[in-house]
Amino acid sequence: MMRLQTSTSRKARFLSVAAALLVGAALAVGTAIAQQNQNFDNVQIDTVKVRDNVYMLVGAGGNTTVFTGSDGIMVVDTQFAPLSTKILSAIRAISDGPIRYIVNTHVHGDHIGGNESISKAGHFRAGGNVVGDLGAAATATAAIIAHENVLKRLSADPPAGQPQVPFAAWPTETYITKKREFLFNGEAVQIIHEPDAHTDGDSLVFFRKADVLATGDLFTTVMYPFIDAANGGTIDGYINALNAIMDITVASNVNEGGTMVIPGHGRLSDEQDVTEYRNMATIVRDRIKEYVKRGMTLEQVKAKKPTLDFDPRYGSDSGFWTTSMFVETIYKQMVAANPPAKPTQSKNQQKGKSE
Amino acid sequence: MTKLMSVIALAASLVAGASLPAFAQAGADFSGVWQPRYHEDQPDRIPGPELTDYTGLPINDSARQYANSWDPSRLTLPEEQCRVHVSPYIYRGPLNLRIWEDKDPKTQDLIAIKHYSSTFEQTRTIWMDGRPHPGPNAAHTWMGFSTGRYDGDMLIVETTHLKKGWVRRNGVPMSDQAKMTEYMVRNGEVMTHIVVLVDPVYLTEPLVKSQDFVRSTRELPAGTWLWVCDPVLEIADRPEGDVPAYLPDEHPFKEEYARRHQIPFVGIYGGAQTMYPEFQDVLKKAPIPPPLPQPQTGAQRVTGAPQGQQGR
Repeated sequence: MMRLQTSTSRKARFLSVAAALLVGAALAVGTAIAQQNQNFDNVQIDTVKVRDNVYMLVGAGGNTTVFTGSDGIMVVDTQFAPLSTKILSAIRAISDGPIRYIVNTHVHGDHIGGNESISKAGHFRAGGNVVGDLGAAATATAAIIAHENVLKRLSADPPAGQPQVPFAAWPTETYITKKREFLFNGEAVQIIHEPDAHTDGDSLVFFRKADVLATGDLFTTVMYPFIDAANGGTIDGYINALNAIMDITVASNVNEGGTMVIPGHGRLSDEQDVTEYRNMATIVRDRIKEYVKRGMTLEQVKAKKPTLDFDPRYGSDSGFWTTSMFVETIYKQMVAANPPAKPTQSKNQQKGKSE
Repeated sequence: MTKLMSVIALAASLVAGASLPAFAQAGADFSGVWQPRYHEDQPDRIPGPELTDYTGLPINDSARQYANSWDPSRLTLPEEQCRVHVSPYIYRGPLNLRIWEDKDPKTQDLIAIKHYSSTFEQTRTIWMDGRPHPGPNAAHTWMGFSTGRYDGDMLIVETTHLKKGWVRRNGVPMSDQAKMTEYMVRNGEVMTHIVVLVDPVYLTEPLVKSQDFVRSTRELPAGTWLWVCDPVLEIADRPEGDVPAYLPDEHPFKEEYARRHQIPFVGIYGGAQTMYPEFQDVLKKAPIPPPLPQPQTGAQRVTGAPQGQQGR
């Protein structure tokens, strides 16, 4: 009975996350789709205390991180637009300070959907000529920070028939370098770009003093790595990002605790959890890479079941990101990066051809 | 007056009883220093399991493939060197175990039972005050989150929120979705510890293991309680991010265990059927694999003094 409950619970959580990501992946498409396709009425926000000044909010989209202090509040990822009221209530239950910053870890709608509402609930801190030139607009909303590629994708023409993400939800401050860092609430906040991983605009957000890392979808505990190739994602970049996370994190007592990791989806984690996930992603990638080197077709690779040992934990036969799609994506990228050697012709074959 | 107030206080406490913590009733006291006896499953627990020995484990195909690609060299990675045995496994190995009780100083109610294991210096808390387990988004740990209750003198412990570990340390995995129920019974100076592990990811049936401990009559030297682990780079030229693993069907030692011990292959790869007595009939009918070749003899020393000169 316990097994059944566990299995059912896990499956339900997975389907919930899959549904969120399904909507989110379309995202560059906008929050309107989320509102049309998903009912958020019964979603409850689970607030998990990570440190005295850092919290993880788990709802229906990607996890939200709330960082509080004397300067105000920083929010990392804002879930879906219809959840904004609930997210704001959860934030206000933690702190009544001003919301100064939103950071988006990537472009997907389940992470940026609440940008507009939550930024309007905040106030950026500005003065001098900025206020002189812009007036009240300079401080009317919280700043929205993301990598430049997030803005590029949000501001591009949407696919035919799909709405544009509202201008008010776009990043107001972008960065194009490896990282952006600044002091907020008395501690260093580092926003670190990991290229061509989940998408081409991924950021890690590291709160150095609190020793908490928000990863966005560069790490989850609920599914295989979602390689959004249409938005610039690659398996090699994803694995590089996982190794980068492990370079930042430091375990406390014998591989446990220490730097706490807030995943894009799923439960609170630490370096050891990331290590297990990195191992899985690397092993599956390396298997497929070797099979490609041996000249196997996609069907032959699938027949070898390269993910069998991880399927009951991360796999899915349905939804927007199936195990089959995970394997296919890696296969295509391995073929592109490591084209199989063409079979060499024997002398007889060459002779026969010439004859 | 005092008596009346006591009655009122008692009545109030009964009314409010539903909201009070459900402290466990007193049972056997396990406090003290305990040391395991290894007569049960000794080859598996002390020298350690051989590669591809999955006998008697109710594993599924996914667990089997995970183990069949397991390369022990993975434990040389700095991030893996201090990997802790999860609580469903840690009691199997060599360890010194200290157990004590935490009691409310005002009421002397039993708040928690603590286990300190010398292996990996792990402190485990078994909450006895009726608190619930954390929600699904809480972090997982090596020891997990445990709550206990007494059934007579038997202590029953439920554990969730475990990290990924293994059920046998030759690569047979345990997932972070596993849950454990333990039964601890004290007979004089002997404690029997029974573990029932349920893992919806890698096991098809519950895995039941037991081990005995004997209570030590004296404290142990302080150093025997320590387990210091500082990871270092062991293989300097290994590419960063490398994860040692074999292709699932190409484990170079996949036949070694069966051939060394002359066990039919059908018996070594585990599965629930290998736990039951009826499986002996299958083994009797299955072909026995060829023995391993004899190790080479007469090897010549290439360093040090010639063998004939040793000891002169």
